[in-house]
Amino acid sequence: MGHVPLSWYLILSAILFALGVAGFVYRKSVITVFMSIELMLNAVNLTFIAFSYELHRIDGHIFSFFVMVVAAAEAAVGLAIILTIFKNRGTLQIDEVDSLKL
Amino acid sequence: MNLWLIPFFPLIGFALNGILGRRVSKQLISVIGVGTVAASFLYVVAILLKLSPLNTAYSEHYFTWIQSGFLQVGFDLVIDRLTSVMLLVVTGVGLLIHIYSIGYMAEDSGYYRFFSFLNLFMFFMLILVLASNLLLLFVGWEGVGLSSYLLVSFYFHEDWVTNAGNKAFIVNRIGDFGFTLGILLTVVTFHTLDFGKMATAVGTMPAEVGFGTLTVLTLLLFAGATGKSAQIPLFVWLPDAMAGPTPVSALIHAATMVTAGVYMIARLSFLYDHAPVAMSFVAVVGLITAVMAATIGMAQNDIKRVFAYSTISQLGYMFLGLGVGAYSAGIFHLMTHAFFKALLFLGAGSVIHGLSGEQDLRHMGGLRKAMPITFWTLGAACLAISGFPGFSGFFSKDAILSAAYTHAPWMFWIGAITAGITAFYVFRAYFLAFFGEYRGHHHAHESPPVMTLPLIVLAVLSIGGGYINVPTWLSPAFPLSEHENVTAMVISASFGILGIIIAAIMYVFRPGLAESFKNAMGPLYTLVLNKYYVDEFYQAAIVKPLEGISRTFLWRGVDEGLIDTGLVNGLGRVVRDWGSMFRRYQSGSIRNYATLILAGSLLVIFVFILAGSTR
Amino acid sequence: MIDSWIFIICAIVAVVCGFNLVLQKHPIASALSLIGVMGSLAVLYLLLGAEFLAMAQMIVYGGAVMVLFVFVIMLLNAGTEKASTKSWFAQILGLPLLLCFVGLLAYLVWGVLPPLRDVDFGSWVGGTAQHIGELLFTTYLLPFEVISVLILIAILGAVVLARREIE
Repeated sequence: MGHVPLSWYLILSAILFALGVAGFVYRKSVITVFMSIELMLNAVNLTFIAFSYELHRIDGHIFSFFVMVVAAAEAAVGLAIILTIFKNRGTLQIDEVDSLKL
Repeated sequence: MNLWLIPFFPLIGFALNGILGRRVSKQLISVIGVGTVAASFLYVVAILLKLSPLNTAYSEHYFTWIQSGFLQVGFDLVIDRLTSVMLLVVTGVGLLIHIYSIGYMAEDSGYYRFFSFLNLFMFFMLILVLASNLLLLFVGWEGVGLSSYLLVSFYFHEDWVTNAGNKAFIVNRIGDFGFTLGILLTVVTFHTLDFGKMATAVGTMPAEVGFGTLTVLTLLLFAGATGKSAQIPLFVWLPDAMAGPTPVSALIHAATMVTAGVYMIARLSFLYDHAPVAMSFVAVVGLITAVMAATIGMAQNDIKRVFAYSTISQLGYMFLGLGVGAYSAGIFHLMTHAFFKALLFLGAGSVIHGLSGEQDLRHMGGLRKAMPITFWTLGAACLAISGFPGFSGFFSKDAILSAAYTHAPWMFWIGAITAGITAFYVFRAYFLAFFGEYRGHHHAHESPPVMTLPLIVLAVLSIGGGYINVPTWLSPAFPLSEHENVTAMVISASFGILGIIIAAIMYVFRPGLAESFKNAMGPLYTLVLNKYYVDEFYQAAIVKPLEGISRTFLWRGVDEGLIDTGLVNGLGRVVRDWGSMFRRYQSGSIRNYATLILAGSLLVIFVFILAGSTR
Repeated sequence: MIDSWIFIICAIVAVVCGFNLVLQKHPIASALSLIGVMGSLAVLYLLLGAEFLAMAQMIVYGGAVMVLFVFVIMLLNAGTEKASTKSWFAQILGLPLLLCFVGLLAYLVWGVLPPLRDVDFGSWVGGTAQHIGELLFTTYLLPFEVISVLILIAILGAVVLARREIE
């Protein structure tokens, strides 16, 4: 078999992103929702790096680097928030945390 | 030469008396009220002396009021020979009536208010007379209507008085609607409202175009005149306007405001000359009004109402004169009528004042011993209005009737007969008041000099006013007729004298004759006594349906149904419903939000693809 | 040739782990699946010539972020999920929208994109730490500094939020 076309990487990224969205929409535990967000971010990272390879430029790597940093920071703060929610509400179901409705 | 000072003096009087009047003494109010009008009068005399012989018009332009597209209307005042006559009448007779009012209104608590409004009226009337364009004339026109309303409703504590004021104003407004349409048509046709420019434009107008437009225009303007000058069909307000104080009736509803329509037509004679249909219409309406009012006047029992119908009748004469082309005759009669009608009203006021408020002729009688000055001056006025040879009314009425004879003999005959009726009813009132036995309850006394002096001056003018040769003075603008018609003069004079004799027989020599005549005429008498039921007809045909439509359709249907419920409430309802519909999107559930974000992003990508930005 | 096989294996692992993450009931199982995804993605980065990033991925994501997740799951004693009917909108509309989304992406990848090159492992060696460092500290210096401030803020935030309340 020959070399893998780059479009396959893009398709893989798309599938992972879709899975991330599905997890976000369908899972009820807050932590799992967070993990879906991480999955989405990773899928995007893959896209960036794939295009970076396509163009033989390294700017995509830089971008990906920044995404990683931001994802880490976001995970930290987000989990802290989850702790606070658990402390206040006693539940980890996101359906229970809906007091901001009209 | 500041023409603007002429109307400005009374305006100052209005402002001062209106603002300060409550706090100052009666003397000061009188000085301000009368003094400003006197200043105006003297200024008019001075200007006319300086400007005579006034062969060309003298105008002054102060500022441009409206500048819009092709229309330019300025605050322009003009004096020409016609204006000069009107100015002297308005300020002169106005001054005399102001002096008279000092005595007549002396005991009234609204003294300052009276003079304030009277000065306001003078201001607007002078604006009307001095105006050099149709819009400024209309300002004065409306303004005198307003002042008339304010003054008729002077004793506003009574319902029927304020109703009379409302009636005067509203009926006037109906005529003014026609006038407004006339102004608009003038703007469209001539692209200007200035009299001078209109006159030159009419000269160059092609006949076919001019005929239809000018006829409509002049008829519309005449509609306004029927309202202001109390002709058929809008005369109904004038008798009710007698609810106001007698000096008001004298000044506004006899000498000046009601003559505004006559003046307007004379001023626009260049338009009417090109619309013979309209002129015939004016003449016929004037004639019919003259006859009708005269017949009603025969049966009235209130002295002021008799004179009110007399005013309507005499105005009809003036319009008859204008309608047959004798503009100068009409203006001449306007001047003499101002003299003797003001005198009639002031004399009636003197009688009323002397009898402490009694106005019913059936409660008067034999006053010639108690009130001699009033007796003699009022007699002069009655002779003048009857067209007795030598008095002013004789010359002016004859000028009109001669012109009517040359135009259409049947108009002359009806006019002559009406002259006889005029003499009859005026002297009926005179004899009932001053001859026979006193049928009243009060103690009669003569009026103070401040009131009798204007009466004397006006009597002199009523006698000698005919010798002021107004037609010759106005002949550059309104050409004189060729010759005097002696036979017409004789015939109309004899009708007048006949009327006096009949009145004398019925009321002085054989008093019972009147009663039996009245009973013999039966239903005809009732018809005339009730003013031909015109008011009742208007009430049934116009007022009631209008009220009904307003109540059911306009109020319930449009206002409540459409606007309130439909628009205002409807708007609220729409906002509320849509709001509650969109409210449900904010459910607080994160998953729902996520789904919505997904849907939105899908839409955006889709739009991008369609817009081709992915090429 | 072997890189194609590595790609296929890692891709399958990633997709399977992704599905697992979505379908598992217990959070810890999802967390472990995510670690699997991270790992396979790191291999894929390596295949694409992004050496530095592959290492960064393993260290940062796999070594720090996922550990954090697991710790929090332990702290909160998160149990299996319970069913809920509150967000019916998401339940019903989620899948169709998702399929549309996937379809759209597929159309974009196949229909719109111009022909892309094949991935040949080792043909491009421009993803070394030196290259990244050069770019990071020259062209992208400002974002770098800003990002460091961002991390500082995140630390502060996390500390404040997770603090025990003063009794």
